[in-house]
Amino acid sequence: MTTFPADFADLEPFADWAVPTERARYEKRLSCTMDELQAFYDAVFPRLEAGTEYLKNVQLDGISEEDTRLVWLFSSLVTVSFPVEVWAQPRVPDSGASEFNAVMEPAI
Amino acid sequence: MAHFQKPAEGSWTEHFGLDTEPVNYEDSTSPAHYELERDAIFGRTWLNVGRVEQLPRKGSYFTRELDAARTSVVVVRGTDDEVRAFHNMCRHRGNKLVWNDFPREETAGICRQFTCKYHGWRYDLEGQLTFVQQEGEFFDLDKSEFGLASVQCEVWEGFIFVNLDPSNTTPVRDYLGEIGKSIEGYPFHLMTQVHRYRAEVGSNWKLFIDAFAEFYHAPVLHAKQAVDEESRKLQGFGYEALAYDVDGPHSMVSSWGGMSPPKDESMVKPIERVLRSGLFGVWDAPDIGLDELPPGVNPARHKSWGTDSFVFFPNFMVLIWKPNWYLTYHYWPTSYNTHIFEGTLYFVPPKTAYERLQQELAVVTFKEYALQDGNTLEATQSMLESGAVNRFPLNDQEVLLRQLHTTAGRYVREYEEQQSTTPVRISAAS
Repeated sequence: MTTFPADFADLEPFADWAVPTERARYEKRLSCTMDELQAFYDAVFPRLEAGTEYLKNVQLDGISEEDTRLVWLFSSLVTVSFPVEVWAQPRVPDSGASEFNAVMEPAI
Repeated sequence: MAHFQKPAEGSWTEHFGLDTEPVNYEDSTSPAHYELERDAIFGRTWLNVGRVEQLPRKGSYFTRELDAARTSVVVVRGTDDEVRAFHNMCRHRGNKLVWNDFPREETAGICRQFTCKYHGWRYDLEGQLTFVQQEGEFFDLDKSEFGLASVQCEVWEGFIFVNLDPSNTTPVRDYLGEIGKSIEGYPFHLMTQVHRYRAEVGSNWKLFIDAFAEFYHAPVLHAKQAVDEESRKLQGFGYEALAYDVDGPHSMVSSWGGMSPPKDESMVKPIERVLRSGLFGVWDAPDIGLDELPPGVNPARHKSWGTDSFVFFPNFMVLIWKPNWYLTYHYWPTSYNTHIFEGTLYFVPPKTAYERLQQELAVVTFKEYALQDGNTLEATQSMLESGAVNRFPLNDQEVLLRQLHTTAGRYVREYEEQQSTTPVRISAAS
């Protein structure tokens, strides 16, 4: 069994980024170097357009496990887009030790 | 140069009858003043504690820690479908009634009755005492006299409010005034996809409301969130609101927003272009069945409108965004220089996985901004407490800050006057 739907089998090396919650995705981002975040972004961002076309036809009601993991993976891309596209560092600048945690989020 | 029309007085501040002098912020650095605010404000005004969607069924309940008001409440949907609130306290010896593992943490669930962990006293969903362990050992115990202590509770547009002052009989709808009435009918009930964030912030509660009640900071503090060229342009323009309004203790600011979708997609980050979403929400707004917005939403009926921020005194904000979603902010004081901030995003539930991903980008963008805002506050609080400077000029785009601090100060003053006159009245009567 593969992690992602067949059309996205090429993303298998990034299966560890298929993380179910925003809080855990953000923690993973903080645990990475900029090189690691950049490598993930460079590999996954070019697949986002195909991903959105594919996910437009995926209903959340009754979503398969493979499709769920693909949504988690692209959700990680959302989380990683900020350090790569904006901050040039994993953490929000000047955010020090402050925490802003998700205490309620709808499951995918 | 003004891009948007101001009132005839020449400024919003003067239009609302507020003074234009520098402010001192002593109301945000004094432990003694905070103690007064707890009784004068949080013990006496209507406080929003949640929404009806949090109580979907008979027996659904949640607790709210109201540290500032020195209590905890349990809010429950009864067998008659009424929403009620009670002090979260057993009538036997005062144990906190509803909690799990950690007495100071909030909880939620569904039950048929409340049972005290201590001696097993039970209360029905309407608060009546129904069972006393070894009842015969008590002395003429009349169970009907020992129901849960109720708290005034009313629902406005699906928002649940409590009021801890039994002598304050103003209905919540009247309390929220013209600004509240002007947004009635907005379909809040359709937006049930909820993301909530929570942070412990090292500042006075009013300072975070200040941060979210003005957008003067946005082109500077959040400069990096736009692409470079756009960011320089935004700083050049600065910020001007489309409109402000003040009614009693409440206020609102209406803002432009060219980001949903942007006129020029090169303005925004690459991921926003692909997912068609960002800080202002998902560009493809869901249908919410409205021909026209309520009159208080985009009150200027401006074509560049992006979002309205409603500041309901003391600690509740509602932000309605052009692409059919809304946000709430709550600021729960825990001391004069700390509070818990909650930001909650509400969307129409997504149908496809793509729509879910679009919402994820709006949610995460909000979080990135809020992390910037939150830490700035701790920096502000620590320097205000130094007392080195006590005159701070506020500009006309910061009018809601002036309104908030003026209102909070008035509540405290009126409370103090009442406290000092009450004993006189008693002695005069006796």
